[in-house]
Amino acid sequence: MLVLHQLRYDQKVFWRNPAAVFFTVAFPVILLLIFATVFGDQTIDVGGGVDTTTYYVPAIITLAVVSATMQTLSMSIVISREEGRLKRGRGTPMPAWIFVAGRIGNSIVVALLMLVVVAALGRLLYGVEIPWGRAPDLLVVLVVGAAAFCCLGIALTAAIPSKEAAAPVVNALLLPLYFLSGVFIPEDELPAGVIDFANHFPVRPFFEAFFDAYVHTGGTALAWDHLAVVAAWGAAGLLLAVRYFRWIPRGG
Amino acid sequence: MAESVISVRGLRKSYGDVEAVRGVDLSVCRGEVFAFLGPNGAGKTTTVEILEGYRGRDGGEVEVLGEDPGRAGREWRRRIGIVLQTCMLEPYLTVRESLALFAGYYPSPRPVEEVIEAIGLGGKEDERAGRLSGGQQRRLDVGMALVGDPDLLFLDEPTTGFDPSARRRAWKVIAGLRDLGKTVFLTTHYMDEAQRLADRVAIIADGAIVARGTPADLGNRGGATATISYRLDGEQVEVETSDPVKALNELTAWALRSGAQLEGLEVTRPSLEDVYLGLTQSQ
Repeated sequence: MLVLHQLRYDQKVFWRNPAAVFFTVAFPVILLLIFATVFGDQTIDVGGGVDTTTYYVPAIITLAVVSATMQTLSMSIVISREEGRLKRGRGTPMPAWIFVAGRIGNSIVVALLMLVVVAALGRLLYGVEIPWGRAPDLLVVLVVGAAAFCCLGIALTAAIPSKEAAAPVVNALLLPLYFLSGVFIPEDELPAGVIDFANHFPVRPFFEAFFDAYVHTGGTALAWDHLAVVAAWGAAGLLLAVRYFRWIPRGG
Repeated sequence: MAESVISVRGLRKSYGDVEAVRGVDLSVCRGEVFAFLGPNGAGKTTTVEILEGYRGRDGGEVEVLGEDPGRAGREWRRRIGIVLQTCMLEPYLTVRESLALFAGYYPSPRPVEEVIEAIGLGGKEDERAGRLSGGQQRRLDVGMALVGDPDLLFLDEPTTGFDPSARRRAWKVIAGLRDLGKTVFLTTHYMDEAQRLADRVAIIADGAIVARGTPADLGNRGGATATISYRLDGEQVEVETSDPVKALNELTAWALRSGAQLEGLEVTRPSLEDVYLGLTQSQ
């Protein structure tokens, strides 16, 4: 299977890249430990009140999934494109979709790993229950979210002109969204208008759908309305990616 | 004439108002090393990237391995190997992994170990590409083009920026491609590289072919006037002649009779470098 062949080497490249591993794997774990320590034993006023750690475990999984998909894909594709490797790959008989599928597969492997690691750490260190009974719901949310953020990441590459610009552009988009969406700062600390604003962007609805499925604060477990917003962003990303994706580096 | 692998007639390509390629004709036969020579900006890379299928053309007929590269598909790509002018290899993969990755794209690749041998990277198999020298990376790049066992290889300026010893090692690898029976289309702006490696050469300047032939008789070097030069009584004398054998015979006979000393006597023909500079600068 050519896809697995490609994925195998994409995985080697990912795990040997210290910057990618730090920001995608280590950084979310460090954030979880910091937030749990700093905000301690407070109660966060969401869905009738949850522990800080119960809040941050799904928040950090949200961050890790977005990072493994959108951030990792856009940065690694821009670097490969600008260094000429995409162009070189197009000169081989490998079909284009194999390349894209390999990179998406890599993101999904990392995202699933982060789900397991953060959920396990939450359970072991802070006693945050793993919602085994809602595994199908979690899976649906994850599939929709991962697909949407993969499409957005691939679409974003078209807007990034150089490999030097990759990290600044991605961070300039995602860091504010993490803050405004309650991923970093608990949402009961944020003014109401901020959440309303963030609801229009993909991070907040994904976080909310995932949080509902993970913590199950009541109501229907699957937040279809939030998922619809995430899916709409993903569909827009897919269209832009199909229309504007480039294999050739700038000026060549 | 042997089977034609590349045949180009009247190729044209413009970028905006700039005509980069202005009616180029080329023909490359199976098994030969063909050097496409010219200064920077002459249209070499535009031409080779049209042949590789990366760029469209504005006019002319192009056939590579019997197909139009602008429309050729995956079957065709299996039969060509490409080394781009600028491409960084994946720095985190080793030599062996880089070759194995590309080998997986082809139906019947050459054994990876054999390719490592052919590119002279034995002993470096487990070194990451990012830690190789520039010359070694370029040879690995050639290996990645070779591992699919293509019939035709495109090498776009494979030794630009190399030190002399790295160039010599790269030349050895390219000469080895001919021994494997591959057809090689090589672009370069180094005269000595074309002279050393190529069976036939075409020189492009300002988008048009200005000379073609074997390196030996390019620009009619064989029939060009020769220069006989010597010093007589401290005076430098240069005689241009189309028949140096006769002229030398008369000159030396006279010198022997009269006891004249012809210091530093030599016969020179224009070097390929002179021909090249003459052709590309007059444009």
